[in-house]
Amino acid sequence: MRDQLVLLPGFLTAHLQLTLVALGLGAGLSIPLGVLVTRRRSLEPGVLGFASVMQTIPSLALLAIMVPALAALGALTARWLGFELRSIGYLPAIVALTLYSMLPILRNTVAGIEGVDPALVEAARGVGMTPRQRLLQVELPLALPVIVAGLRTATVWVVGTATLSTPVGATSLGNFIFSGLQTRNFDAVLMGCIASAALAILLDQVIRVLEVGLVAGRRALVAGASGVMLALCLWAAGSFAAARLGMTEAPVRVGAKAFTEQYVLSEIMAQWIAAETGAPTEAVSSLGSTVAFDAVRTGEIDVYADYSGTIWATLMKRETLPEQRGDVLGGVEAWLQETHGIAMPGALGFENRYALGMRGEQARSLGLRSVSDLARVAGRLEIGGDLEFFARAEWASLERAYGLAFRARRSMDPALMYQAVAGGEVDVISAFSTDGRIAAYDLVLLDDDRGVIPPYDTIMLASPQLVRERPEVLAALARLAGRIDEAAMQRMNLTVDRDGRSPADVAAEFLAGLGK
Amino acid sequence: MIELERLEKRYGDVVAVDGISLRVERGECLVLLGESGCGKTTSLKMVNRLVEPTAGTVRIEGEDTREIEAHALRRRIGYGFQRVGLFPHLSVAENVAVTPRLLGWPEERIARRVDEILARVELEPGTFRERAPRELSGGQQQRVGLARALAAEPEILLLDEPFGALDPITRDRIQQSFTQLRRDLGTTVVFVTHDMVEALLLGDRIGVMKEGKLVQLGTPDALLRTPADDYVAELMSTPRRQTEAVERLLGSAGS
Ligand SMILES: Nc1ncnc2c1ncn2[C@@H]1O[C@H](COP(=O)(O)OP(=O)(O)OP(=O)(O)O)[C@@H](O)[C@H]1O
Ligand SMILES: [Mg+2]
Repeated sequence: MRDQLVLLPGFLTAHLQLTLVALGLGAGLSIPLGVLVTRRRSLEPGVLGFASVMQTIPSLALLAIMVPALAALGALTARWLGFELRSIGYLPAIVALTLYSMLPILRNTVAGIEGVDPALVEAARGVGMTPRQRLLQVELPLALPVIVAGLRTATVWVVGTATLSTPVGATSLGNFIFSGLQTRNFDAVLMGCIASAALAILLDQVIRVLEVGLVAGRRALVAGASGVMLALCLWAAGSFAAARLGMTEAPVRVGAKAFTEQYVLSEIMAQWIAAETGAPTEAVSSLGSTVAFDAVRTGEIDVYADYSGTIWATLMKRETLPEQRGDVLGGVEAWLQETHGIAMPGALGFENRYALGMRGEQARSLGLRSVSDLARVAGRLEIGGDLEFFARAEWASLERAYGLAFRARRSMDPALMYQAVAGGEVDVISAFSTDGRIAAYDLVLLDDDRGVIPPYDTIMLASPQLVRERPEVLAALARLAGRIDEAAMQRMNLTVDRDGRSPADVAAEFLAGLGK
Repeated sequence: MIELERLEKRYGDVVAVDGISLRVERGECLVLLGESGCGKTTSLKMVNRLVEPTAGTVRIEGEDTREIEAHALRRRIGYGFQRVGLFPHLSVAENVAVTPRLLGWPEERIARRVDEILARVELEPGTFRERAPRELSGGQQQRVGLARALAAEPEILLLDEPFGALDPITRDRIQQSFTQLRRDLGTTVVFVTHDMVEALLLGDRIGVMKEGKLVQLGTPDALLRTPADDYVAELMSTPRRQTEAVERLLGSAGS
């Protein structure tokens, strides 16, 4: 728990920034838009319809969609206006959260204004108010309780939904939850949940007290609540400004996808860079798989680790393997360089293959050693795969090459997959070869005897920007090449997954043992 | 001076006001009288453009009201609503001060005016100034509504059944102090009521309306003496009939 507490101020501040900015923008857009709708009824179906559609998109999907949407928009702005939008990090999170906050505020603004007694609207005209004065002095004050109720709903939603902005590269309390779920650290998950619930309650109550004070004309309440709100805004703005202005040297941003090995590797790279070059580093964790690649391509992050086979199959979309399996690595390096200007400072020294795994005992009793053996009995078995496995090219190749046909298949969270196969809930899983739980649960990996799964050398990818601007960091990363073998990686993964050690500790221990 | 010329308001097929022409002299109090739904409120609202006429013209001091910006026009004309319509989020004083504020009066003048006008409608300023409208009785609310209409010292006052919710004794006093006030200030008043006695007591002239039309316009005396038709005659005889009924009751109680 203490490990996690250290991270709390940073994550909480980032979460607060996201929430306050999104709510500010959401209210700033929705209230005027709501007013406009009450003045021009013909706009109502369009505006409210748009906001409702935004609301029905699952929030995680809305966040994820922002990344390609902003990238596409960024291509246009780069072409016509000369600047590119950041499609990873704060911007997509802010845009999505703002859209998400709009419906309750918009709907309540419209309902609040429409609910004002027509006799009072007429009285406001009768005493000589202009339409604007009528709005500001009569309609909005009378609609205030309803609008505030909408704002409070939006606040609770946004604080909760902001935890989902971690995978698009915006730090938030979701970092606790995503990394905690992946590394089976339930202290972290709990910390994330409690902190975001507490923040939601705090903001909700501050707004409530502010409203009560305003309606009842109680100065003390208004002053107290605005004071708290102002302090929160200053805190958020202050740390934002400090990050932008106070730092003499921009940190090297080290990315990680959302699983244990990635957290450990990003810590190893970050600590190594810090030790070798003295440059500050910043972790950008729990990125979606293709988000990470896009991020390094556009320079949103400077470096992260990926796997040659993943790039070969998913990004280069190659369906077959070269004669020499070793040629994959060279092909990937050339493609990265030529197509995207991404450098490959080196391979770390181990493979993390996709492999089909099952309980050792069951494999022995069925006499299975290879995938070809498995294909004969697959009709009686059930397979579990991680969330993307069945959509990946590797699965298609396996199915095609071996004629695999299982009785049933289930997608599940990779953190739960190993437990599922060990407990007999499924018979076969799409395992990762370096996962420490393979040994821990006495699983065996079946041999890919036809060689359809590409090699998965773990490689470091460095952004074009890093290559241009920070050759010393690139050189340091090159010195890390070949330093991690499969056994070491499995051990580190297991230490995190089973013993609940933090990736940072495990990485530090590894680097200490490495000497120089 | 207010002039209405062939003023008409239609709502689809309903003719709410059907070609009314009349003139209210400066300082005069004209009472519009008639049964429910005959178009009194609609006529009144067309004077300060709360309702836009479908045909006809309204002139104030000779100026066509269409030439005047609606909000500027309304600040010159005090309006007392049939449904009162006090702003619930403002105190009594703030409600009364609303038009003076819109006109940009200095705060001291507003404060003085609020106290003065509250006293005029028999609401002790110290007690009522800071009250919220919901903390007032119906009659008190009506008096605050009247105070709001009077606050900016308007040259013209339009009042839509302003005394309906008052008890007879307070009503009697307020009616008298109202007559005093408008004579002192020379305010031009159009006063809507369906109460015959009130019309006779307050009106310099009375206009009787029926189904959107003005059936007769004249002094109380003229209307009593020479009613234009049976409807006016019947209307004019109601106070006397009521008085006779009351006297009969008193007589039988005495014997
Ligand atoms: N906004 C409107 N839409 C349609 N019809 C209306 C509207 N306002 C008034 N009317 C109709 O116009 C007619 C005159 O209404 P108005 O309010 O002027 O009556 P009134 O003489 O003030 O009656 P009361 O003594 O009951 O207040 C009525 O028949 C009413 O139904
Ligand atoms: Mg009326």
